[in-house]
This record gives sequence, C-alpha cells and structure tokens, in this order.
Amino acid sequence: MNVEDLVKTSGEWLRGTGPESDIVISSRIRLARNLADYPFVNRADDSTRLEIVETLREPLTDVPVPSRMHYVRVDELEPIDRRLLVERQLISHEHAEMPGPRAVALSEHENVSLMVNEEDHLRIQVIHSGLALDECWEEINKIDDSIEEHVTYAFSDQLGYLTACPTNVGTGIRCSVMMHLPALSMTKEIQKVVNALHKINLAVRGLYGEGSQAMGDFYQISNQVTLGRSERSILSTLKDVVPSIIKYERRVRDALVKDNRDDLHDQIARAYGTLRSAQKISSEETMHLLSSVRMGVNLGLIDDLEIQTINELFIYTQPAHLQVLKHQTLSNSERNVVRAAFLRDRLSGRQNGS
Amino acid sequence: MKCNFCPKPATLHITDLHKGVVKTIHLCNSCAQKHIADLTADVETDPAQPNEATAVSMLQLHLAEVTEESEEQEQQRCPICGITYQEFRKRGRLGCPNDYTLFAEPLTPLLENIHGSTQHTGKIPRRTPAESRKKYELIRLRNELRQAIRDENYEEAAKLRDQIRTLEQQQASE
Ligand SMILES: [Zn+2]
Ligand SMILES: [Zn+2]
Repeated sequence: MNVEDLVKTSGEWLRGTGPESDIVISSRIRLARNLADYPFVNRADDSTRLEIVETLREPLTDVPVPSRMHYVRVDELEPIDRRLLVERQLISHEHAEMPGPRAVALSEHENVSLMVNEEDHLRIQVIHSGLALDECWEEINKIDDSIEEHVTYAFSDQLGYLTACPTNVGTGIRCSVMMHLPALSMTKEIQKVVNALHKINLAVRGLYGEGSQAMGDFYQISNQVTLGRSERSILSTLKDVVPSIIKYERRVRDALVKDNRDDLHDQIARAYGTLRSAQKISSEETMHLLSSVRMGVNLGLIDDLEIQTINELFIYTQPAHLQVLKHQTLSNSERNVVRAAFLRDRLSGRQNGS
Repeated sequence: MKCNFCPKPATLHITDLHKGVVKTIHLCNSCAQKHIADLTADVETDPAQPNEATAVSMLQLHLAEVTEESEEQEQQRCPICGITYQEFRKRGRLGCPNDYTLFAEPLTPLLENIHGSTQHTGKIPRRTPAESRKKYELIRLRNELRQAIRDENYEEAAKLRDQIRTLEQQQASE
C-alpha cells in the first residue's frame, strides 16, 4: 500500500452522513491489548518489538472487516508519511514519533486501524461517522475476538486486560465522540458542559492540545474509568449524555439565530468569504473559519456546500497533506500560500457549479 | 520536601484542578519541565488528534495522591521484566503483565484512586487467565536467550531454546 495515495481519497468516517452528524463528527472506540508472552513495549528491545510486529501480522490482516486490510511498517515510512497518517487519525502522534519496529494495519475504508507497539502491543481502533457507538462496539468486539483466536492476551480475573499504564487496565476501552459545538463555545456555555462531564468522570479534550477553547470548536468526550464497569455500561454513559449535549447546542444555535440572526449570518458569510479569497492562511485560522462555515451550512445560511467537503477540508489543509499533495517540503509560510490556494480551489469551484 | 515523582528535592509546587478538587503537587526541576511539556501540546506539530499526553500527567496526579511506599517496596524487582516499583513511579509505565501481581500491594490504592474499583467486570477472553499467566515464563526465557546470544554463550542459548520450544509446544497442545 502506498500511504501517499491517501491524499487522493477520503475516509468513510468523514462522509458526514451518520446519525446527528451535523453536531457529532465521529464516534470512536479503542481497545488496549497486550500479548501474554512479551514484556510491555517500553521494556521490549528492538528485536522483541520486531517479533511482536511479525507475530501480529497475520492475525491483524485476517480480521473480519468489509474492506481489505493493509499492514504498514510505520518505522519504515518517511516522516512526512507518518505525519499524514496522524493527520488522518489512523495512528497517534506518539506512534508516529516513537522509536523501534512498529506497524499499523489499516482497512481500505479507513474505519479500522490496528496499531502495533504503541504504548501497548496492540491498540484496536474503530471509527464511524456520526453518533454510532453501538456500531463501533459490535465491529471492534468481533475484531478483538478474531485476533484472540491467534494469540493469548495478558488477562487476569481480577484486573481484566493488563495494560502498560494502569489508567487503561480492565476493559482497556476508550469510547469517544467528537463533537462540533460552535454555539456552546461562542456563548461560553461550554464551560458548564465541561464541568458537568467531569463530575461523572468523562474527559473533555479539545481537538488540539488542552486549551479551554478547542480549535475549530471540536470537543472529544470520552470515558476515563476502564476498570470496574462493563463495556456496555461505559458505552451507555456516553450514549445517555451525548444527546443532551446535542440538544443544548441546538437550543443555543436556535437562540442565536432568533436573537442575532444578522450578526451570525454576517460572521458566517465573512468566514466563507475569507476562505474563498485569502492568499495566505494559517491552519489555526482555517480551522476557526471552517468551523463557522460548517455551522452556517447546518443552519441553512450557506446552501452551496456539503458537510462532507468541510469535514475533508479540516484534514486536507493540514501540513503533511498539503506537502504530499504538492510533492515537496514546504516552510510554514509556503504552506500558508498553498493552503489558501487549495481552499480557493475547493470552495469557489463549487460556487460556479463546476 | 521530596519531588512527587522521583527522589530529588522538590523546587516547584503546582496547583492543579483534578476531578473538581484543587491539588498541589511538588516537583523537582526536571519533572516539572516534563509535567508542563505534557500539558501544553504544540499546535503545529500535533494536529488532528486529541492528545493522550494528558493521560500521562493524569496518572502522575493519581500517583501523587497515593501514599509513598517503603524503600523495600520501591526497590523490589520483577523477575520477569526487571522493572522496580520506583522505576514505574518515575516513568508511569509497567514492564510486563506479571507486575500487576508483584506490585499488587502498592498498585491497589492507585487503581482505587484512578478507577474507584479494583475488580474487572467487563469482557472475558475465551482463553483462561491461567493460560495467560503461563505465558509470562516465556517472557523471562526469551529475555535470557537474548542475553545469552549477546554474551555469545551458545551452549546456554541452545538450552534456553529447547526450554522455550518445549513450553510453547506444551501450551499449544493444551
Ligand atoms: Zn522529580
Ligand atoms: Zn515485570
């Protein structure tokens, strides 16, 4: 598989068609697993890590998924291609940067990615568009069972699946929902949501880093506790809480439209205008403006643009994507020029109906 | 006052909000730098992904909350992977599945603090935990084999190879 071909396609989870996909971008579940007959990755030397990569090759390419699996040696990729996989959310930043033999098994539709030798021997991940946690769980559970037919997982009666970090022990599960909450961010109501979620042990993270205002108004909500509760019960906590956040965001959007329609429409139209005409634009500004435009489409204030296009632009305007697309290394300032040209092309082309 | 994550003296005292409770943690210079680096991810080099680095500093906060272990407990070494509890405290990662059994005493309050529970109630793999435990021996034997090969002790290596093969065959036929 040529990783750089990814810039010509887009992941199925970006299509923006799942349930509640105006507000919920994607649902994702990951399971942390370790083989019983190897030390954890941080205590494994390179030859041991290589054995783990080879031991898992067949079990991981045989998993029951609708599209073909590709096994990619991450340590043999060019740095730019590793960055591309990170931007694509197929591997973690840590997995891209860490040393030693490691791999990822990817499904062609980009719904499934199985990281080998990240913090744990195996990180199984399934992602779907919209609010689709049950769909993710069913698929990931089958994948997990299928891998277990070939290998013995480190597991104890008392502590469940044993992981390198005690924060993941037990179910090894992290269920998360990526939400786009521009109205709650704009009105600072988001802080109330964050506080309420912390009280029930759910983590809220911005799409980038840890700032209180997430870039592009994206928030990932996920469980923290992995021990002492079943997978189903962890899932149901999220399934209970996410619809009320969606309702809250919709209510604030309606209020904004009702009370400040002209201001809101102006802000969104200006954002759209800037994206279609800027000659240089940073990735932060792009995220910020795309977020406004995305809300504008959802509110019917912009009618010549599809959600999928916007979802894709969030990914395609990032540094590695731009450089792979241009087949060259670009400085920060050069990237800002290329990014602006790319946005003008993708957005104004549509307006002319071409 | 000692640093919460290593034996060095603490020079920095950080107040963090954790689970709605204000906590002060005490850090030496080097741990403080790491702690701060974990909390602030660089935007341009860390795109597209909610960072898991937070998980590291969260663990450190939990570690800071549980009482310190005796010197003896801190120095106890895992016969399978060679890690000590002190090394775990410092790096936040265990070395092998056996460590959960070996360090059960200090880990129990930590797990209680993180998860509010110490009993798994989720999915159970088809293979039994007993099968899983028997495999730990393979970790130790393979480590010794690698060491023997590094030391060019081929006689020992051959013996270890036989032991590994026997154990693997035993387990495969069970
Ligand atoms: Zn220290
Ligand atoms: Zn160990």
